Amino acid sequence: MQTKIKGKAIKFGNNIDTDVILPGKYLILVDPNDLAKHALEGLDTEFVAKAKPGVILVGGKNFGCGSSREQAPLALKYSGVKCVIAESFARIFFRNAINIGLPVIECKGISSAVETGDELAVDFAVGKIENTSNGKKFQVEKLPPFIMEILADGGLIENLRRKMKK
Amino acid sequence: MNITEKILAKASGKNEVHPGEIVDANVDMVMVHDLTGPLAVEAFRKIGTQKVWDNKKVVVILDHQVPAESVKAAELHKTMRKFAHDQNLTFYDVGRGGICHQVMPEKGHVAPGNVIVGADSHTCTYGAFGAFATGIGSTEAAAVFATGKIWFKVPPTIKINVKGKFKKFVTPKDLILNIIGNLSVDGAIYKAAEFRGPTIKTMSVAGRMTLCNMAVEMGAKNGIIAPDETIAEFLKDRTPKMPDFKALQSDKDAEYERTVDFDVSKIEPQVACPSSVDNVKPISEVGDVPIEQAFIGSCTNGRIEDLRLAAQVMKGKKVKDGVRALVIPASQEVWRQAMQEGLLEIFTDAGAIVCGSACGPCLGGHIGLLAAGESCVSSSNRNFIGRMGSPKANVYLASPATVAASAVTGKLTDPRKLEAKA
Repeated sequence: MQTKIKGKAIKFGNNIDTDVILPGKYLILVDPNDLAKHALEGLDTEFVAKAKPGVILVGGKNFGCGSSREQAPLALKYSGVKCVIAESFARIFFRNAINIGLPVIECKGISSAVETGDELAVDFAVGKIENTSNGKKFQVEKLPPFIMEILADGGLIENLRRKMKK
Repeated sequence: MNITEKILAKASGKNEVHPGEIVDANVDMVMVHDLTGPLAVEAFRKIGTQKVWDNKKVVVILDHQVPAESVKAAELHKTMRKFAHDQNLTFYDVGRGGICHQVMPEKGHVAPGNVIVGADSHTCTYGAFGAFATGIGSTEAAAVFATGKIWFKVPPTIKINVKGKFKKFVTPKDLILNIIGNLSVDGAIYKAAEFRGPTIKTMSVAGRMTLCNMAVEMGAKNGIIAPDETIAEFLKDRTPKMPDFKALQSDKDAEYERTVDFDVSKIEPQVACPSSVDNVKPISEVGDVPIEQAFIGSCTNGRIEDLRLAAQVMKGKKVKDGVRALVIPASQEVWRQAMQEGLLEIFTDAGAIVCGSACGPCLGGHIGLLAAGESCVSSSNRNFIGRMGSPKANVYLASPATVAASAVTGKLTDPRKLEAKA
């Protein structure tokens, strides 16, 4: 995983749930690229086209609440989302995202400091987020080392494979 | 320590744990179903381990797209059937079990003091039995298949004290909706919700399951209730080993992040209006809301007690023209019991359709979906945009009694008013 990520922001509100991120009727799809075609369609039917070049999602409180479906972060990752920054996350979504190698950062105050279209620069290694469009900067608490390791390996499976080889 | 801390300490080989501490816990049971299992199987293969760490501790249940409604779903079922067979796992096929969260305790896969993880967010239901139980994703389930372990950050606990006697046709569902309405959908995020107090002690197993089931709807990591004789009685012929209850009670000096108090005698039937579970109002304040569909079922409210209550309301009445009513018993065991008690006859006489035990329309993936502009009153747990079909449909969450009364009148109705009219 790259520790430095840059991209345009797409902002959503509070309590973005897994049913709008990926509706239940698509859970029978297996290929992550197929899942990605329906990412966030419940909220914005244009989302997939907007995300394609690679974007950073910014959310409010309780991002990813609801179901345990890992297909939700998978759909985001394969639609072009490079990272999700939110005021807070629902815990299963947070773990799922890390486990599939989609970086997630909790950052208080982020939603009022970012508008859709702003350019963001994130540096995981030091816990820094900068909105280069308006100059606002945030220092966030770094994730524990073992979680950073999972992200660095690209997900939990790769992390376990590496550890089990030892 | 409180009960959540005690269970996590024991599972991670520690004498004591504190909120914020990260522990590596041994898992007593892991469950996956037909929509989360296939991804877990694929991830498990990628890890490269040949066999699961303990085949007696992995349960596979088909319940979401059941019976298979499409070729794709049939393929997923086939994957899970083969995996369960190859790994010699406990497996509940179509017609053998029902909704995973009903089947797990019914079939004795849940015991007080256990650490249970499931690839489904409503795994927190088993907190009703004094277990630490929480939802995880598919990849993490695969990691548990391989290692039998999982990391947890020990959660701070919110103590939810409940007193008072339920009024007629006011149910544990109304209580938990009222709690979520007060605490909000992120009010317990990352935290444990411990339900206590005199009302909880007198509550049935079914009612306790409804409370713990919806703990996740306020963001909680787990919902939990200290086990007692009611739980022992339910589990005695189901669970092979019953642990010592005394060791699982929260200490008198246990620490809580905060305490909130509820008095159920002051609660009237509640409704969670679209499209957030904390958009809760007493039914007297929701106004005139016509409905096209009424759903009684799900892991929240598809148990025999729920069906009895709904049947009591619907007996001798008819589902209003223009409304379709779906009744889905939570498991084969509940289905059989409902049949023996004559409840299914009451529902079909009223014009409701009784379907096979499965998740049904709750997650909008299988049967009973909603068209744009339609409204459904449902005994399930989520009313998110698009949850039960069209993103332009509306879902109202309520108790089985309120759903049954609304099915009869064709609009959101206080079950007590319907009774008064009869």
